[in-house]
Amino acid sequence: MSDATIDEICLVALAEAFRGDGELLCHPMGPFPVAAGRLARASFEPDLMLTDTIAYAVVGTLPLGATVNRPGGVDEGIVVEGYLPFRTVFDQAWSGCRHVVMGASQIDRHGNQNFAAIGDYRKPKAQLLGLRGAPGNVINHTTSYWIPNQARAFSESVDVVSGPGYDRVAALPEPSGRFHEIRRVVTELAAFDFETPDRTMRLRSIHPGVSLDDVLAASPFEFSVPEDVPASRLPTAEELHLIRNVIDPGGIRKTEFRS
Amino acid sequence: MTEDEVVAELSSGMTVGIGGWGSRRKPMSLVRAMLRSDLRDLHVVSYGGPDVGLLCAAGRVRRITYGFVSLDSVPLEPHFRIARQTGSVEAREFDEGAFYLGLLAAVHRVPFYPTRAGLGSDMLTYNPDLKTVTSPYGDGTELVAVPAFDIDVSLVHMNRADAAGNGQFLGPDLYFDDLFAMAAERTFMSCERVVATEDLLSEGSVHTLKIPRLHTDGVVEAPGGAHFTECPPDYGRDEAFQREYAATARDPDAWARFCAEWLDLPSHDDYRARLADGAESAGAER
Repeated sequence: MSDATIDEICLVALAEAFRGDGELLCHPMGPFPVAAGRLARASFEPDLMLTDTIAYAVVGTLPLGATVNRPGGVDEGIVVEGYLPFRTVFDQAWSGCRHVVMGASQIDRHGNQNFAAIGDYRKPKAQLLGLRGAPGNVINHTTSYWIPNQARAFSESVDVVSGPGYDRVAALPEPSGRFHEIRRVVTELAAFDFETPDRTMRLRSIHPGVSLDDVLAASPFEFSVPEDVPASRLPTAEELHLIRNVIDPGGIRKTEFRS
Repeated sequence: MTEDEVVAELSSGMTVGIGGWGSRRKPMSLVRAMLRSDLRDLHVVSYGGPDVGLLCAAGRVRRITYGFVSLDSVPLEPHFRIARQTGSVEAREFDEGAFYLGLLAAVHRVPFYPTRAGLGSDMLTYNPDLKTVTSPYGDGTELVAVPAFDIDVSLVHMNRADAAGNGQFLGPDLYFDDLFAMAAERTFMSCERVVATEDLLSEGSVHTLKIPRLHTDGVVEAPGGAHFTECPPDYGRDEAFQREYAATARDPDAWARFCAEWLDLPSHDDYRARLADGAESAGAER
């Protein structure tokens, strides 16, 4: 029996979003998604390109929190393979050669994501991050979401659409939305995708130790539930080693889980 | 030039572009000089950080055109949050990449640049003056037409510059400072150090000379001019100072104290002297 904890299971489930991506810019936002991207490259998607979260594409597996040494110079042992200042990142995004993971304060069954504001946008009850890069990311290339609190984020409708979901994109004139793909939504309970005829959310796997009832109870909207929902896979021994000793020895990944 | 001489070139109601990104290499000594002036009703165009927060908190801003407003280590600028939640400023928010195209359109003197960024999102809903265009090439693609950002004056902070206004960045990212400089009618550049033109290549390769003097109307030597934002390789962000600044958004008394201590100063030199005093007394306490 694996001794993997829920944070490690979620990390692997999120890393799985990158499976098959091959050679593209893996660009997760925030420490947990960054750890998942680094895990994917270190274990099963070796051709991904990853940054230090600043402006340098680096070879090898950086621990969370480490960046290419600033100011000036590069730390010993870190190999820089590319330069990706923000302008280049936008060019990469629009070229399509990129897969981002973002968070969501609200997300609906079509994948409409909000991290901009709660309430009326014009004078919000709570100003959140803003639209940030979500509109341009989501319409131009593959996007996945990491949602560590499903019950709070899953919403019948969202107050502001930062990243458009499948219904919004379907309403655009052809072929404006042809590069839109929401690959995966991973929560602390389960993994979801949109592989349904009407491109609404579908339960893809349930994390070990979580019941279907738990997942259903943590959503105000209905999602498709296949007849046999698999359990999210457990980390391999090698993946556990990478997570615990290489990518996140400080346990930063655990801060998103409130017990 | 001095900071105050630059600010004397600005007037209320103007559109002011501010370079940098979040809490990174912001022309803070120029922003503080704006706060010393009686400028008001400004339209600020920025990948915003404490520049936007300070100007909002001081009631100088009518409208903001922005890609985000963040302190990086504090994800949302706290004074900007208040401005939004109280509705004290008009928000003109763009996708971060679409913002880049608004600058680029202004540089290239075209009315707009088309992009997919924004399609299907509420960027269009809440910017009702934004229009879309359909590709004229028969493929039917609808695109957002990001309008050129008309900027009266841009302010940028560089690591080095020569007296003629050739600007040099030595850190990891230029951000969009060259576009801010080219997009605006006039641009004023502060820098950590003014160097002789023949010394520009002594600290960085030719690739770091990204703002040619063609677009610079005045240079201010402002060592520490980006404080408390980062300005690598010259210095990192002053996180302790930024935390103190961020906390002023929760407490009007703390904001008043911050203004008295750090903003109501006659010059950037006085600001630096006070920082040095603080460092000294912190050292003595240890």
